[in-house]
Amino acid sequence: MKKVFAIVIGFTAIVSSVTAQDKFFTKTGKVSFYSRAPLENIEAHNRSMTCVLDSKSGNIQFSVLMKGFEFEKALMQRHFNENYLETTRYPKAEFKGQVLNNGEVNYTTEGTYKARVKGMLTIHGQTQEVETDGTLTVKNGKLMAESDFKVRLADYKIKNDKMNNISNTISVSVNCSLEPLNH
Amino acid sequence: MKKITLFILALTGNFVLLAQDEDLLKLVDKDSSKREFVENAFKSSRVINGHSMEMIAKGNLDFRILHRFGVINNGAKNFFGLDEASMRMGFDYGISDNLTVGIGRSTLDKEFDGFIKLRAIRQSTGERSSPVSIVLVTGLTINTMPWTDPVRDNKFSSRVGYYHAVIIGRKFSEAFSLQLSPTMVHRNLVPLANDKNDAYALGIGTRFKLSRRIAFVADYHQILSGLDRDIYENPLSIGIDIETGGHVFQLHFSNAAGMNEKAFITNTTDKWGDVRFGFNLSRMFVLKKKKNN
Repeated sequence: MKKVFAIVIGFTAIVSSVTAQDKFFTKTGKVSFYSRAPLENIEAHNRSMTCVLDSKSGNIQFSVLMKGFEFEKALMQRHFNENYLETTRYPKAEFKGQVLNNGEVNYTTEGTYKARVKGMLTIHGQTQEVETDGTLTVKNGKLMAESDFKVRLADYKIKNDKMNNISNTISVSVNCSLEPLNH
Repeated sequence: MKKITLFILALTGNFVLLAQDEDLLKLVDKDSSKREFVENAFKSSRVINGHSMEMIAKGNLDFRILHRFGVINNGAKNFFGLDEASMRMGFDYGISDNLTVGIGRSTLDKEFDGFIKLRAIRQSTGERSSPVSIVLVTGLTINTMPWTDPVRDNKFSSRVGYYHAVIIGRKFSEAFSLQLSPTMVHRNLVPLANDKNDAYALGIGTRFKLSRRIAFVADYHQILSGLDRDIYENPLSIGIDIETGGHVFQLHFSNAAGMNEKAFITNTTDKWGDVRFGFNLSRMFVLKKKKNN
């Protein structure tokens, strides 16, 4: 019996350590967005996005606190939080999806891989299915995840003002450096 | 023996499969107790007349134009008070997010005023949270009217007054904010023999948001001591804040004509029956942009 236990403990340890290294994460992912409108261009940056990627399944998740977006003008930031994204009511934006071509990404060999990602994106309390292209770069045991995509305000029930000071389509850029997740 | 191992293998294998559907973020999201400031309790740095718990953001300049008209019940011959306009023009600047300075000049008493406003405690949630913001304001006023009694040995110091206020405020919900502001006003020279040099008042200010851009506001100061209550009234203002882009319009009715703390606390003699219309216009300019890359 003792042997069995030893084997079991040993085996589960191996299993869990293996699964642990299958996952990559960061809490300091960068996400930026840009609005180009005739009156003024707006950009904002957030450097505290959380991202976890499971290389085995290709599952990938993002979460970002909306209040953490920084604008160069304080008034823009205030309007973003108060009038447009209502960040007290909807504090987080989230993405939960999958790398569709996960089999083509070799997480143990250095290189840059194209990734097709599909999943559910939640902003301002509204969830939409999105699909976009990005890249995964394996280097020095780390994983860089990058993607650019567009978000339509109307899809997430974000009201533009009458003067259209902000563009109806916002460009979003995601840039994360993921590290192996150890428990 | 083999059976047991197989069984356990099967179990753990199963567990690994199940684990794929779990919320990956739960593996790392543990610091939900991060400190977060509570912002935008009021739309403007003034409730109406008195200072609000809001500050001017760092590097921003708030250009403020305030108007107070005559009493409405003077009737049509005075166009319900609009014939008489008294104004204050001022500039407030955010040296840092917690330190604002401002200067202004009012028609009433041809008075200059300046103030320093410091946020000592900022309402926040999470770690090291605070349920309230505490803001200290200290101001100076200098009236430049001709001396009422030129024969008297008039000194410059007689033109000077001071005010000090502690604002304790809380944003209770997205819609509702409330603040209390015990205020002390000191005048080096008072107009009436019965007036004390030091007057004390308790300010109460509140905001109730009606929509994302429109809010109901009320601003009241209860005189506690130092002023003859047969002559002086408690200033009460009730109004609407309208926010459009970089502007905030505050339209209101008030029995006070003064537009700085000294003026509206120690100079309000009209009852609320003699209410007057007024507006504050605030235009925000960004002088220094935040570094961002």
